Formats: sequence, structure tokens, C-alpha cells
Amino acid sequence: MLVANVLGADWQTLADAMGQGGLYALMAVGIGLVFGVLRLVNFAYGQLIMAGAYALAFASERGWPVWGGILLCFGVVLALTLAMDRVVFRPLRAHSPAVMLVATFAVAFLLQSIALLWFGSLGKIAASLATLNQPVTISGVDIRKISIVATAVAIGCLLVLVAVLGRTSVGLHMRAAALDFRTARLLGVRANRVIGAAVLISGLLAATVAVMMTVQTPLVTPDFALRDTILVLAGVVLGGMNRLVPATLGGFAIGFASGFLGGALPTDKSQYLPSFLFAAVIFVLLIRPGGLFTRAGGQAVERL
Amino acid sequence: MNEPALRLEALEVRHGAVHAVRGLSLEVDRGEIVGLIGPNGAGKSSTLHAIMGLMRPSGGDVRLGGKSIVGQDPETIVRRGIALVPEGRRIFAELSVEENLRLGLAGRRERGDLDADLQRVYSLFPIVQEFRKRPAGSLSGGQQQQLAIGRALVAAPDVLLLDEPSLGLAPRVVDLVFAALQEISAAGIAVLLVEQRAQRTVALAARTYVLSNGSLRLTLGPEAAGDTEKLVAAYFA
Repeated sequence: MLVANVLGADWQTLADAMGQGGLYALMAVGIGLVFGVLRLVNFAYGQLIMAGAYALAFASERGWPVWGGILLCFGVVLALTLAMDRVVFRPLRAHSPAVMLVATFAVAFLLQSIALLWFGSLGKIAASLATLNQPVTISGVDIRKISIVATAVAIGCLLVLVAVLGRTSVGLHMRAAALDFRTARLLGVRANRVIGAAVLISGLLAATVAVMMTVQTPLVTPDFALRDTILVLAGVVLGGMNRLVPATLGGFAIGFASGFLGGALPTDKSQYLPSFLFAAVIFVLLIRPGGLFTRAGGQAVERL
Repeated sequence: MNEPALRLEALEVRHGAVHAVRGLSLEVDRGEIVGLIGPNGAGKSSTLHAIMGLMRPSGGDVRLGGKSIVGQDPETIVRRGIALVPEGRRIFAELSVEENLRLGLAGRRERGDLDADLQRVYSLFPIVQEFRKRPAGSLSGGQQQQLAIGRALVAAPDVLLLDEPSLGLAPRVVDLVFAALQEISAAGIAVLLVEQRAQRTVALAARTYVLSNGSLRLTLGPEAAGDTEKLVAAYFA
């Protein structure tokens, strides 16, 4: 690990970076799936995770068992996701992407304000899964369990997703709708069903991310996951918004970079990290506007 | 029972200020190929879009087997038994040939005999079966057109609409596509063929409607195919 040696980083830093990259990849999928079928950048995605984190903190404060908290987290996030689809996305579907983007901004700030009113600005602690922060020793190297769990969960979720998209008919319909929604509908693909499935999966992923993230950051505040969402959005744009795989890679890359640099740099330097990451994003977009992980001229040219 | 498979009654379509289709009435029966020709902007594609529910007609009616389908979603209309082969084929280039065909299954009304329907597509277009594992974007234009028609047929429709299927194809490939249309109609499917290639369409179809400025100008029988002067006159009427 030459890079690691140069920066003086250890295995723990690498493992943390992997875990963070995995979580950001899941968020990128959650944002990318909905973008694929709705051409909508869901800026409120981070607030879904925030709501899930509050659910976990609520359960933790009342001493609920771990599974109870996780169940509540999934319930709250899914209910909010489906409500968002019904109340905001569906009525606005025929409008321009700009209208929908502004609407998701409104939803994001609404949810954040509700959290502030209900729970205050000081934050709550979600501690049910805190034991996962303890290290496990693998061949003489100490690594926090959560880094391994987060990486494994991310890989597991992505594998299940690949199977759903690749092998099921609803997955095929989602891929077709993302490529050309009008033609897909003309073939009989039901718009509401495809959008509902994408929104549901993005909600499941948000809840999963909420569980993992509260272990890494047990203090839940109204702006929980906000900075992560902005970084993931940058990563998704960086990878290539139009395609799920590049978007996911972009999310992983920015999560890994931020986790790695955050761990490797001394604190007086790492506070500038977000600025450097965004500068890097701007730089990449100037050179490769289509995204880092899309093939050059990647659009398939229709032959006559 | 005497209802035609597809009937348009005084159809009106407007895009904003443009009156694209004006009082168009036509019928297509089971097992019949009917042509719809006319210059660019005559309202041919608007007519198909109105039938498929992509735009709402401002007047008139679209009846499928006697029942109105106006105001329904495209995905519902497909399930009622109409399939469209869209202009420019609209193949999903990044999906495999087989996945494109499977997408056509989304519009099936009931399970039915899927294997028989797939076999029919494969025997009509052997190339689709041969290349089923390839990305659809790697097929030639003529092969993509065969795939587009095959994809519409696996939905087991009563009515097949085609929007300029011969566009950009070599004459030899057009022969193949038109021969396939004859087989399809022989199987009892009503075919509405929208085309720019007037002479070939008139020769193939039981009757051909000539559309100009959104209204019906003329109805031609196959015997008019040789009469080029009459065709040209019809076009510029």
C-alpha cells in the first residue's frame, strides 16, 4: 500500500474509507435510481436518512432492543419516502426537472425544520449499535467492526440490486424506463409501478444507510447526513448522473476519498477537506463533463 | 361483431395553435393492411400518438373493437390490444435483443401461449433469434426494425401500428419487412401502416388513405399503385 505509506495511513484508515465509500455508494444508488426513472435529483434524500437516524435515537433512548430500533427506522423512512412520492413526485411528474428539484429543496428544509422543532438543535444519541465501534483484531491489525460491517452491507445490497435489476421483469422495466421512458410506456411498462419500485428501493437504501451511519456518528442533529448528501451528489455528478454504475462508482470514489483523506490528514488540514473535494469535482467536470466513469462518447449512436 | 378492429371517428388533434389532424375517420379490419400516407407534417404521426394515448385528441373518438380508448394511459391502451412500432424503431440499444423482446411482454393482456408467440416472432425474423444474446445497438438498421416489429408482436396485439418502418432501410430490407407485414395480417392482426413510400404502401395495402394538412384527401386501392400520375396528384392536392 504505497499510497497509504506515503500518507502515513494505517489499515484502520483504509477500512474506514472503504466503509464510507460503501455507504456513499448506496446513497448514490438511492439517488441515481430515482433520477433514472423521474429525471429528478432528490435533494431531500439526506433528510430521509436523518429521519431514520432520529428513529434509531428515539428507540435507543427508550432502551428498545436493537431490532426494534432498526424496524422503526425502516418503517419511518419507508413511510416518508412513499409519502414524498405520493404528495410531491407524482403530482409534479409532468413538470420540468427544475420545478421538481426546487420542490425537493422545499421538502428537505421542511423535514429539517420539523426535526428542529420536535427534537431541538442539540441532538439525540443513537447508541444501540455502539458496540460495533469496538475494534476487532485481524492478523495483528485493529479494525473497527463497523467499517467491516458497512463494507459488507454495501456489497450485499449492491449484489441484491444487480440481481433485481438484471434478472427480474420489474428490474428490466426500470432499466428501460431510465433509458427511454416514453418508449417503455408504449410497450406497456406501467409508469407508476416502475417509479414506485425505484422510490421504494431508494427508501430501503436510505434506511440501511441510516443504521450504518448512526454507528459511525451517534449524535443525531437536524442536519444529520446533509453534508454527506451534498458530497454524494457531487460524486454522482462526478461519476456520470445518467448511468447507475458510473453514478455508484462516483459515490464510492468520493466517499473513499473523503474517508481516506479525513483519516490520513492531520486535523488542522482535514478541516479543509470538503473544499478540496469540491475543487476536485469542479476540475474533473471541466475536463470530463460527461462524468469520470462514463465511456468517451458513451451515448449509443443509432444506426440508420 | 361487425365492429372493425380499429375505428377513428372524426379525430381532431391540436398541438397548441397547430391543428394537426382535422376530422379524420378511418377503419382497419382484422387481417387487413391499411396504409396512411402523406407528406411530412400531414398529421400521420399525430394520428398514431393520439391512438396510443400519448396526446389527448381534442375531438372525435378512437374505438378498439367497438370500445372507446380515448383518455387512457399508453400502458393501458397497449394492454387493450394495440401495439406500436415507433418511428425510428426506438430499440433499447444498451439492452440485449432478448431483453428488448421481453420488454414487449409488458403489454400482454394474459399469459397466453408465450412460447408460441415467441416462436412466431423467431420464424418471422430468424435474425432476432440468432442474435438474441447481442446488445441490440450492435444490430444493423434493418435488423433493429425486425426486432422492433417482433417486440410489438410478443404483446399479442389485435392491432399493429407502424410509423414509417421503411425509413432509412435498403430496398431489399424493405421487401423483407413488407413481406412480414403480409404474414402478420394473414394471422388475423389488423395492420395500420404509416409510410412515406407511397407507391409501395399503396401496392401492399387493401386501401390507403392519403392525408394532407391533417385531413383525408383520397382513398386509394392497390390498383392505383401503377398509376403514378394519380399518386403524385394526390400528394400535391
